[in-house]
Amino acid sequence: MKIEHKKRIDFLFKAFLLTTGLISILVTVGIVWVLVEDAIRFFAHPESGGFPKSVIRFLTEVHWTPTFETKKIGIWPLLAGTFLIAFIAMAISIPLGLLIAVYLSEFAPHSVRESVKPWLDFLEAVPTVVYGYFALLAVTPILQKIFGYFGVTVEGMNALSPGIVLGIMILPFTASMVEDALRGVPQYLREASYSLGASKLRTAFSVVVPSARSGIIAAYLLGTSRAVGETMVVAIAAGMYPNLTLNPLEPVQTITGYIVQVALGDLPYLSFEYLSIFAAGFALFLITLFFNVLAVYFKSKVERY
Amino acid sequence: MEGNLKLKVENLDFYYGSFHALKKINMPIYEKKVTAVIGPSGCGKSTLLRCFNRMHDLYPGTRYEGAIYLYPDGINIVGKGIDPLYIRMRIGMVFQKPNPFPKSIFENVAYGLRIKGINNSKVLAERVEKALKDAALWEEVKDRLNENAYSLSGGQQQRLCIARAIAVEPEVLLFDEPTSALDPISTARIEDLIVELKDKVTIVIVTHNMQQAARISDYTAFMYLGELIEFGPTEKIFTNPDKKLTEDYITGRFG
Repeated sequence: MKIEHKKRIDFLFKAFLLTTGLISILVTVGIVWVLVEDAIRFFAHPESGGFPKSVIRFLTEVHWTPTFETKKIGIWPLLAGTFLIAFIAMAISIPLGLLIAVYLSEFAPHSVRESVKPWLDFLEAVPTVVYGYFALLAVTPILQKIFGYFGVTVEGMNALSPGIVLGIMILPFTASMVEDALRGVPQYLREASYSLGASKLRTAFSVVVPSARSGIIAAYLLGTSRAVGETMVVAIAAGMYPNLTLNPLEPVQTITGYIVQVALGDLPYLSFEYLSIFAAGFALFLITLFFNVLAVYFKSKVERY
Repeated sequence: MEGNLKLKVENLDFYYGSFHALKKINMPIYEKKVTAVIGPSGCGKSTLLRCFNRMHDLYPGTRYEGAIYLYPDGINIVGKGIDPLYIRMRIGMVFQKPNPFPKSIFENVAYGLRIKGINNSKVLAERVEKALKDAALWEEVKDRLNENAYSLSGGQQQRLCIARAIAVEPEVLLFDEPTSALDPISTARIEDLIVELKDKVTIVIVTHNMQQAARISDYTAFMYLGELIEFGPTEKIFTNPDKKLTEDYITGRFG
């Protein structure tokens, strides 16, 4: 083949790859554009009071009832529900994820590691709707029994049950990200620790985990971002009541849960109720963007040894 | 010139899986002397060094046969039922590449002490200071003990690793090519330090730098293809070796 010809093929292939890359960027930009456009329409709508009053109402009112007769548009109840569930999920996922990752990376023999990892991937392959019904039909009744024993009532819809299930659901994700961070710690740091007579346990928690802290934090931030954005489990098991509460035993609604609820209804295009899901969605977008940017920052800080 | 025995290697064989890496090694290590192990790459010198503190136990598929006796008590380091953690508290190690922990200078040196259960902050401060002085690093770091160890230069990091190793007052200190990643000035300082340290501790150093072995060691062992070819006082090995192979290596005819 002539060199000229090879160069032409090279050029064509490069152009093809560039185009595919650009398409994904364009799609993302398009999604954000649609989101922002309809969010602006929401805030400009007479029902919300128009700019800037609508934004102030959005940030100061304590009820979220855009679909009711009296329309309140405070985002806080949805934020409270979102973060309450994300917090519970991370309270499950952070310690368990760390323990699983430390076990797999520092203690498990090669054969165990190789047979456990597919199971973690399998957990990730379970459809989220299954997790949702697992929360509603299995975990909630168990919680009701346990709390009932102490005379505490747990509502059929509550934040705790989907929070726990969500924590388990994102466990494979956080555990494998943390494990990657731990495996990135160079072997010579472990050897330095062992050479001083340290046990495996001390080496794992005094040297390996602290050395991987940036990567671990990044993993947890991405996990939080996922928990905040998760939809199916919370739509099924958390309830549909925008509730400004931090009590995990009450029904709550998350941003994603609200979007599902309204989207399932039969709303006229560009009506106020229809636009409200874009305002909520835009708030969600900002939150997950924040966590992702923070995660990227911590990832960039990962020590290069 | 011969002193007391500190270690005695007796018919030591070592295997990585089915690879026979060390073959029937027999050699003495004398107390408070510097013993250098030299030989071409792949001759097994680092493998031998890592038998002394049971580092090979960290990796599956490794196997020791024979004995390394540690005196005065005469226990067999590679014997069954000997806890490698116990051995490593008595025999310290400094590695090829400086490998401080990503912690403060103070915490690096205190790490081994904490493992030994020393948590009293006054005792820790005293022992850390002493170790840093013995490692000739104290003057350079005394005002910045809480800074991260990675703020130090490569040579300083290696002296910090030496301080970390001697803080727990080991009986034997193993050096695995400790200057191969350092510049000539840092190398000279580490060499001076090793000579000073032999008043307190028995030293075994692996090096591929023959001049280094000649400069700082009292005894030299020459290894080739997993076998110990010759062991003797450094002066004799470098001026009048018994074996032809040793002479060929010393004079740079191969390796």
